[in-house]
Amino acid sequence: MKIRVEKRLEIPKYAGILVPVISVFAALLIMGVILLIFFIGRHGTLAAAFGKTVEAYQEMLSWPFTNRYGLASTFMRMVPLAFVALGLSFAYKMKIWNIGGEGQLYMGAMASTWGAIFLFKDITSPFLMILLLSICGAIAGALWALIPALMKAYAKTDEIVVTLMLNYVAIFWVDYLVYGPWKDPRGYGFPGTAPFPEQAKLPTFFDGEFHLGIFTAITLALILFYVYKKTSWGFNSRIVGDNASAARYSGISVRNYTIIALVVSGAIAGLGGATQMMGVQHRLQHGFSPGYGYTAIIVAWLGKLNPLAIVLVSFLFGGLLVGNDQLQMFYKLPMALISVFQGLVLFCLLGGEALFKYRLRIDREELLDNE
Amino acid sequence: MISRGATWPLDFFSGVISLEDFPVLEMKNITKAFPGVVANEDVSIELRKGEVLALLGENGAGKTTLMNILFGIYHADKGEVSVNGKKTAITSPNNALKHGIGMVQQHFTLVPSFTVAENVVLGLKETGFVIKTKTVESKIKKLGDAYGLPVHPRARVWTLSVGERQRIEILKLLYTGANILILDEPTAVLTPQESEVLFKALRKLVSEGSSVIFISHKLDEVMEISDRITVLRNGKVVGTISKTETDRRGLVKLMVGRDLLVDTVKPEAQIGRPVLTVEDLSVKNDKGLLAVNNLSLEVRAGEILGIAGVAGNGQRELAESIYGLRKSLSGSVRLDGKLMRSGNVTSRIRSGLTYIPQDRKTIATCPNLSVMNNIFMKNSITRLVKSSSFNLDNKAMSARTEEMIKSFSISTPSSRTAVRYLSGGNLQKVVLARELAMNPKAIIAEHPTRGLDIGAMEFVYRSLLEQKSKGTAILLLAGELYEIFRLCDRVAVIFEGQIMGYTPPDPAFIEEIGLMMAGSMQEDSVHENQG
Repeated sequence: MKIRVEKRLEIPKYAGILVPVISVFAALLIMGVILLIFFIGRHGTLAAAFGKTVEAYQEMLSWPFTNRYGLASTFMRMVPLAFVALGLSFAYKMKIWNIGGEGQLYMGAMASTWGAIFLFKDITSPFLMILLLSICGAIAGALWALIPALMKAYAKTDEIVVTLMLNYVAIFWVDYLVYGPWKDPRGYGFPGTAPFPEQAKLPTFFDGEFHLGIFTAITLALILFYVYKKTSWGFNSRIVGDNASAARYSGISVRNYTIIALVVSGAIAGLGGATQMMGVQHRLQHGFSPGYGYTAIIVAWLGKLNPLAIVLVSFLFGGLLVGNDQLQMFYKLPMALISVFQGLVLFCLLGGEALFKYRLRIDREELLDNE
Repeated sequence: MISRGATWPLDFFSGVISLEDFPVLEMKNITKAFPGVVANEDVSIELRKGEVLALLGENGAGKTTLMNILFGIYHADKGEVSVNGKKTAITSPNNALKHGIGMVQQHFTLVPSFTVAENVVLGLKETGFVIKTKTVESKIKKLGDAYGLPVHPRARVWTLSVGERQRIEILKLLYTGANILILDEPTAVLTPQESEVLFKALRKLVSEGSSVIFISHKLDEVMEISDRITVLRNGKVVGTISKTETDRRGLVKLMVGRDLLVDTVKPEAQIGRPVLTVEDLSVKNDKGLLAVNNLSLEVRAGEILGIAGVAGNGQRELAESIYGLRKSLSGSVRLDGKLMRSGNVTSRIRSGLTYIPQDRKTIATCPNLSVMNNIFMKNSITRLVKSSSFNLDNKAMSARTEEMIKSFSISTPSSRTAVRYLSGGNLQKVVLARELAMNPKAIIAEHPTRGLDIGAMEFVYRSLLEQKSKGTAILLLAGELYEIFRLCDRVAVIFEGQIMGYTPPDPAFIEEIGLMMAGSMQEDSVHENQG
């Protein structure tokens, strides 16, 4: 008998759901081992450490989803994740790997801040103000993505490197503003701008625990779902993504599609940045994003680039971020653990997808001796 | 003569084995499976001393797999190999060479910047640390002269033609002392004249006691060069026959398992106005070298113009540039009198030009997308199904796809199956269904039957002829001369991006076509038929 690994001819449909679910559980399991080791160091015995680990897990997984305060924080964290992940999906559909969600988010936030406290500060209508600030955010995100888009379309540069590097430029640019010219003179030296005026804040619901952003994110997801399924843009982008030569052969301008994909992707992420400013932060601050733009990459992958699934996954991931905050507060765990966890999820996901291309076959027949 | 049908008994002609017939090589009951396909199933062949054994079969019949097993590139799941009557396990190409088995692959394995002599001794352990260049060179020269394979030992490989490179591969094997030579479709890259040189060398080799396995799917050359023929179909041996006991027709029957009408009549079509006019076109290839050189041609409505030539003489660049995928340096392309802008595919599709490329997998289809997606790949322009760009009519598209699957008899599990699961023939049918549904005015077909089995080939031929009778102008960049004789109204021969001359589509002109393929200009007075 011999066990052989061979390539699957067809990847079964259920793999699309099974692999992400298993990946998350596998990541939780590995994370558990890491926590266990961590707690052994702190409490000495294995039994005590085990108890602590289970307790910490219960806290991490139940708090964000089972009570009002936890849920509110979960939704708050979910919105920027959903926006950026939806934006990324737009480019990923065409196999254009925009890693610059973080930078586009920052630029969107910056532009909306500029509008709120300088450009449109005399506008009093909340509706007009919110609309204008959203447009500002989207345009800034789009322009930030236009740089790698033009470079890719005309000079064939690799968008992964350029978008990634532009993240740092955007983050440091915002830092320069909030430490320098835009610093709130009444902010006690704190690195942040002056607060947004009242008319630039998103309306809230349920005693101020949810803001409008959650609904715009869901609406956007529905629109994208329609665009992917029912428009010739969605149809043609699948062709560009699967085989660019075939797209060229079909008379589809791969260059235009590349530029538009990245620009729209950046616009959605920028809109996310504006929404985060108007809905939650109400001022531009140093490091306002704990890496939403990077987490969104994992969210987009786990959601298999399906906009509706992305909304669901960003809810779960928002919860994980909140759960991690709990762990930090009550168990004094290092902040980097969430990054470890996210890395584990992506690792398991990509590994799972690669492994699923194969299957094990058991041969009972005796093999001929080749010697 | 081969009237007993497909399952010819293997040992029917072996008769009494005399001492000369002693098999130098036997492969017994070889089975090799890849996931999803059994490439070889219970295949047995034997090669005798001093003979050319042809392995004949359609693409995908398992010829190359079998030889790769023999040469140690693959390992058989089951079965055994005997060399000179001794059971042998061949574990690697190096090991195969030690047993005197050498193989010339379809893709050559030479270092372009090295000289011929350096390439020959490359990787040989016996050479030692210091290469005795003079000895090696004179030995190569001697071998080349002896077998009629002339090649200068000091020439750099990149300066040599494909035919010469092939000679180096063969000389390399002879140099190492191989006496069993495997040649995988050696004539695919050669002109008829170069093939003749090769055949002469092979005859000389076998007359001196070497043995040759000659892989091919071309009947004529198999009939010319081989002593015995083993026919493979779907990974199994369907028969082994000695050449003197069969003919072309018999072989086809074995290959396909049925009698095939090879020579059907071309439909009469009214040849009308010029539809596709190319004037003074010059195009560069990917390396930046001139591939199409000031070429002009004209294809009329209802006409099939065939372009014959050795692969790599500008056919691809010509096709791509007419279709707008490749920008031209100079010259013009007109469709129905309308000037087409260089490098613009969209306007050409809109004006009714279609292109059936040789690489259906890399250019003409999206492997991971469904049959339906592939059928409607050009729908933004061709509007096979009219629907708004913002509200695609998936139902109508799906219904139209089902219709096309039926009318083109595409064998696929469903219209939602990704086309990479389709066989080559069915994939080509998807391409044809898409391209012909738009009722093209002109078709550029670049070796449209490449890699197809005979059944699918017939389908392609019939589809093209049907288009012709509808008055479509067709430019056929043919892969094989047979295709040209079968389909075309006129034949143009291309060499280094220029048209060397025209002949009627008649096998009687094969010599002339061959000469032009090798680069000699047609003498002007010979034919008056070039329109």
